[in-house]
Amino acid sequence: MTIRHFRTLAASGALLAAGVAIPGGASARDLTLCWAAWDPANALVELSKDFEAKSGVSMKFEFVPWPNFADRMLNELNSGGKLCDLMIGDSQWIGGAAENGQYVKLNDFFDKEGIKMSDFIPATVVGYAEWPKNSPNYWALPAFGDVVGWSYRKDWFARPELQAEFKEKYGRELAVPKTFGELKDIVQFFQKREIDGKTVYGAAIYTERGSEGITMGVMDVLYSFGFKYENPDKPYELEGYVNSAEAVKGLEFYKELYDCCTPPGHSDAYMSEDIDAYKSGQVALHMNFAFTWPGIHADANVGGEKSGYFPNPAGPDGAAYAQLGGQGISVVSSSEKQEDALAYIKWFAQPEIQQKWWEMGGYSALLKVVEDPNFATSQPYAQTFLDSMAIVQDFWAEPAYASLLQAAQKRFHDYVVAGQGSAKDALDGLVKDWTEVFEDEGKY
Amino acid sequence: MLKSTVDRVAEATPHVIARRMHGLSDRALAWLFVAPSIVLLLAVNIFPLIWTIRLSFTNFRVNRPNAEVDFVGLRNYASILSDRDIWLTMQATAHFLIWTIVLQVLIGFSLAYLINKKFRGNDLWTTIIVLPMMLSPAVVGNFWTFLYQPQIGLFNYAVGFLTGADPSSFSMIGDVKLAPWAIIIVDTWMWTPFVMLICLAGLRSIPPSIYEAAECDRASKWRQFWTITIPLVLPFLMLAVLFRGIENFKMFDLVVQLTGGGPGSITELTSINLKREAFEKWRTGYASAYAVILFVTVFGLASIYVKALNKVKQR
Repeated sequence: MTIRHFRTLAASGALLAAGVAIPGGASARDLTLCWAAWDPANALVELSKDFEAKSGVSMKFEFVPWPNFADRMLNELNSGGKLCDLMIGDSQWIGGAAENGQYVKLNDFFDKEGIKMSDFIPATVVGYAEWPKNSPNYWALPAFGDVVGWSYRKDWFARPELQAEFKEKYGRELAVPKTFGELKDIVQFFQKREIDGKTVYGAAIYTERGSEGITMGVMDVLYSFGFKYENPDKPYELEGYVNSAEAVKGLEFYKELYDCCTPPGHSDAYMSEDIDAYKSGQVALHMNFAFTWPGIHADANVGGEKSGYFPNPAGPDGAAYAQLGGQGISVVSSSEKQEDALAYIKWFAQPEIQQKWWEMGGYSALLKVVEDPNFATSQPYAQTFLDSMAIVQDFWAEPAYASLLQAAQKRFHDYVVAGQGSAKDALDGLVKDWTEVFEDEGKY
Repeated sequence: MLKSTVDRVAEATPHVIARRMHGLSDRALAWLFVAPSIVLLLAVNIFPLIWTIRLSFTNFRVNRPNAEVDFVGLRNYASILSDRDIWLTMQATAHFLIWTIVLQVLIGFSLAYLINKKFRGNDLWTTIIVLPMMLSPAVVGNFWTFLYQPQIGLFNYAVGFLTGADPSSFSMIGDVKLAPWAIIIVDTWMWTPFVMLICLAGLRSIPPSIYEAAECDRASKWRQFWTITIPLVLPFLMLAVLFRGIENFKMFDLVVQLTGGGPGSITELTSINLKREAFEKWRTGYASAYAVILFVTVFGLASIYVKALNKVKQR
């Protein structure tokens, strides 16, 4: 090839590259929103069409399946990538994202646009928007309220023969459990029972090892048993709180649930595995985030009147708490389109859009929506959502949350699924791990 | 007169380039040609290695761009080497490594020995046997999770059929005792064909005349196997062990897909553990020290092994 040929080829290549690039850059204004790949994300795509029509900004979406969501998106934030202009990030990321300058602080914007955090469910403001916690420093707008709760086979509970058998065995009605003790009776009752010629099992609970699954499930139970993250009067003092006698009992209870009453092979299950087990009619009870409830309600196999919903039952002392899920929407600091991204948040915060969001399957955190007199009856799971959101607690949201989470994943899975050591060993080990993390963080 | 290749290349070289090249020594020309490769090697291999070694002496975290980076000396190394959990992942890796190599060598060599015999459908069987190694590890891991499913999995069904056990009474990837074997079975299923192909190449490289001479000397088949086949195939076999050893030391995708390192941390191999430290906990300095330790281990073992391999080849 002569030099002249090479130049011609290079020029053609450049033209071709320009030609390819033009369609992508044709839209003068676009925004990319990053979130997890799940049902609510599909609803948001539909909802966002209104924003596109009103603003002229075209929306792009980058959705990553839950097991890889944190890995992928935290990589993006840490590397200062420009893929995402808007991030609907997990609640636990808020500390790191705020301290490392990855999210734009929204206080001035909220003040300017008249967006008040007092208009949102308080738990979602603390969980999704504030850093430091309980301080008026906002890094996100509560976007999707979520909480762990339970769905159950209402049609099975209603069967007279099962009701009679249950009453004879336990001396009470087969009904929604009010305590974890009652819940265990129910799942034991259903375990390996023949229903309609099929063997069914007690409950699908979280046991996943890789990301955050088992921690979300264990914590959901531990809170109600009396677990505390730290000494309320002395932050980061863990000994005697994380590994208190009550917490040990809670962890033992979770293992008993796993050992006695889950389907075979349920050793690595999180949201999607649990929902599959429930929708396929394998289990009577199903622990999962509230986002799964609209899908259950619409399901041909278990939907409609066949399923009911209830919040986390109470622990031995009558206290009931639930693990907070959900996310806030933030503007990514490295984005070059922050003006448009803020415009999206302004649009999203409007009450009518929030109402639409709820109607499309998104859990709005706006008080005007959830306190509407018709809200509780608008869907069969709406009241359970409200009840659950009133009792939420969340995992650490410290900048070092990932190390804290991984330690919990290992300790809980080692004990609950692999059956290694005792619950006390697991929680003592967790205190040791978390103390090391906080020492590294200079908290002592 | 026939022109040499060199002459033809010289004539085809554009004058502009030829003028520029004129006057360059052979050595300079050689450097010119090799330079791009060296630059690439330095950029993608050597520089990251040196950078990793540098980071391994710090407390750097990639997710804390604003935090001060301190030199911590050998603290990362000391903490890794004294961490019981890391030694457990090393044990899990050693268990996986040893058993996969033993099984793959035994089965791979046996299959190669059989395939080397002339029979009808020989080529078809070879093709069928090598199919698993052509699949993506992620795909293999995914579909084996279904095969191992206690309620619907074919593997459990087959075991139940053969032993009379209830298929849903055991979980290959959920049981602490079975999970390490579950990953060994899948890796063996996938990579035995690779060992078989290398052994087959070794078997086919043995000249038939050697066997004919042995026949003349009335050597038994057993004797021929131990004194001709094994010694001549040994260098190939050792090469296969080297490849599989290096590959399985850094095994990640297949096991993550199958067990995610669980139940508990029973199948958490070093590469999975390293990934958690580097990209989940974001302890970059610590993970760098961990990577350096693994690199030195693999490099050291492989060097010793290659020396042994060379000795066997020279025999």
